[in-house]
Amino acid sequence: MSAPMNAPAIATGDTLLEVERLTMRFGGLVAINDVSFSAKKRQITGVIGPNGAGKTTLFNCITGFYKPTVGRIALQAEGRDPFLLERMDGFRIGQRAKVARTFQNIRLFPGMSVLENLMVAQHNKLMHASGWTVLGLLGLPSFRHAEAAAKEMAVRWLERVKLTRVADEPAGSLPYGDQRRLEIARAMCTEPVLLCLDEPAAGLNPKESGELNALLLSIRDEFGIGLLLIEHDMSVVMGISDHIVVLDYGSKIADGTPAEIRNDPAVIRAYLGEEDTE
Amino acid sequence: MTDMTLSAGPKAPSPLVEAAKDAVFAAILVFLLSWLMIGYQTQVLQGQPMSYVTRYSDVLWAVFLIPAGRFLMTLTRFDRTLPAVIGGALGFIYLFIPGVLGVLEVPVYGEFFVTVDPLQPDILPFEQPMVNVIFGIGAFFVLAAGLRARRKKTVGAQTLEVREAAEARQARISKNLSSILGPLLIAVALIIPFTPWGDRKLVDTLILVMTYVMLGWGLNIVVGLAGLLDLGYVAFYAVGAYTYAKLSIDLGLDFWASLPIAGAIAATFGVALGFPVLRLRGDYLAIVTLGFGEIIRIILINWQIFTGGPNGLGNIAKIDFFGIPFERNPKEGELAFHTLFGLDFSPVHRIYFLYYVIIALALVTNFVTIRLRRMPIGRAWEALREDETACRALGINPTNTKLTAFALGAMFAGFAGSFFATRQGFVSPESFTFIESAVILAIVVLGGMGSQVGVALAAILLIGLPEVLRELSLYRMLVFGGVMVLIMLLRPKGLLSFRVPTIQLHGKKALPPTTAGAVK
Repeated sequence: MSAPMNAPAIATGDTLLEVERLTMRFGGLVAINDVSFSAKKRQITGVIGPNGAGKTTLFNCITGFYKPTVGRIALQAEGRDPFLLERMDGFRIGQRAKVARTFQNIRLFPGMSVLENLMVAQHNKLMHASGWTVLGLLGLPSFRHAEAAAKEMAVRWLERVKLTRVADEPAGSLPYGDQRRLEIARAMCTEPVLLCLDEPAAGLNPKESGELNALLLSIRDEFGIGLLLIEHDMSVVMGISDHIVVLDYGSKIADGTPAEIRNDPAVIRAYLGEEDTE
Repeated sequence: MTDMTLSAGPKAPSPLVEAAKDAVFAAILVFLLSWLMIGYQTQVLQGQPMSYVTRYSDVLWAVFLIPAGRFLMTLTRFDRTLPAVIGGALGFIYLFIPGVLGVLEVPVYGEFFVTVDPLQPDILPFEQPMVNVIFGIGAFFVLAAGLRARRKKTVGAQTLEVREAAEARQARISKNLSSILGPLLIAVALIIPFTPWGDRKLVDTLILVMTYVMLGWGLNIVVGLAGLLDLGYVAFYAVGAYTYAKLSIDLGLDFWASLPIAGAIAATFGVALGFPVLRLRGDYLAIVTLGFGEIIRIILINWQIFTGGPNGLGNIAKIDFFGIPFERNPKEGELAFHTLFGLDFSPVHRIYFLYYVIIALALVTNFVTIRLRRMPIGRAWEALREDETACRALGINPTNTKLTAFALGAMFAGFAGSFFATRQGFVSPESFTFIESAVILAIVVLGGMGSQVGVALAAILLIGLPEVLRELSLYRMLVFGGVMVLIMLLRPKGLLSFRVPTIQLHGKKALPPTTAGAVK
């Protein structure tokens, strides 16, 4: 990984994700235009911007659903090999680079039980333990232990997001707020180093969104991972983000702490419109 | 309530008048359509010019019965359901049951209803027993419409929760039924050759049924678990059958040695097909797999030197008892099945042995499927069926996961194909047409996707029934279609559809009411 000499984030040594000069074009439409920013571990990085600013496209580039037209996305987690995400196949970003995500419109496995959703998230680990199914079919103890451990981890997460009671219910039958929390728990069961949340507070009532804030902060503090957060709900973004990136029409217009962003004239313009006098 | 809102507009229609008007139109339509086509039938008697016979009574009955059914159906829309229930039930009892007995030519009823002899008057409206049956089915639909409208009226507008609770109840019933039916079916299947009914014909039919049960269970991995709609499943069945045929004819391998090879080659074909097409989803995948099935069949027809072309391959070695042949006169110094067990020779031994072999193969398929479902790969299959995008976000390799499903499904089809070849002693492309794939898929869908017992039941119904009803000759496929339509109408999710989680936290005794209770 050859970072530019003048990149301050690399110097501090705790940069997790480094997005450099990312551009994504769909035909003639430039959805993301030359965006660079970095996200640190043990931090929540908020990505905000008006509708159509390119936030979800940015997420899709980072998590491998889109291949960016130009640019570099580097992930460097402590004690792990660096990864260049823009070169990796979609599913390998989750499998190897350990980037997990949730979706704007929740994507659970609705017909499977809540617990099963969390077990599926640990697929790669269990697949390995089951000797690609062969050893598992023979019922070897090593697989049974691995499965028990996976279940234990799932149960811990169920308790954490308060879904233990409904563990055996189909995930699709849960109310909206529960589904949101389950999706976060499922992403965390992949043991990620970077968790990308696409509008996790959408459709939640104030109480639920307060609980969500607490959950995200506890994830940050306890697991020491980086969180990347797209959000419209300003109380969530401003309340819990350590760092905020603002996009507008595909370009980055501001980058800083919540306090800085709140007073940034470019941000105010983007959200409230230009003043007539200018 | 509705009267109030309607009173502002034109006068609210009276249900009776409305229904009567509709019925009169129906009557006119039926008469116009039927008086020439049904009323007159041409006949050519030997040595005479062509003449015709009239069947006015049939026309009259049709002109009466069809509008009557419509009349009752229309009334149900105005919440007058009782006439439909009573009329439908009466019509069903009067038309359907004697009609079926007439079709089957049951002698006792034959005398009573005199459906066999057209010259004698009988109590049934139509001369042809089958027509009575069809009208009986029509009456059944009137009855069903009435009952459904009644239920809707008592329950009122169904809320989502009510419907979910009803679905949960139905799933629970299916589950309990399955846990009883499964072992019961296996027990019955195992002892049936020793019962008085276990004659050669029945066992032969059961072998066929079990073959389809096995194919259904194999396809269930691909369609039911992984959610990949495969319309070319019969191709792998063909690959297995021809593999065994070639191994037996050219290399002289016996069934047991060929079985794993046939399975492996079929699985290889599964991967070979799967690799290029697994990017496709849903309908597109279905079309390509359909094409693949046809390609295999056409290769079998045209590759004369290797496959024998349309004539197929004959003289395939029959099954032996783990190396000991079923022969009347074994070679000098060799054993045969009957000498080994000190029995008198009987050709039935081989049939019975085949029967137990296919049961064993099918049960292995079933057992492996059930085990696989609880493995990480099985959960990944189901997750892939539910949401492929989410799978990818979780780092699950969709290609590998789908390929394993395809390969395993193909492998079991390959086993079944080998069995088919050794049973028939002859394979030809005719046995592997698209309709076979369609029937296997129908078994899976009608059985209830993912339900092992349901698949077995559907196979019995769809394969066993036409065999048993062979006497019905022409009407056999009509009944087949009718059964399919009925299952889809009455149980749209399949005969027994339910899903048990592969891993549970609260154990089996968890209280089901949590569905409603836990949500706040």
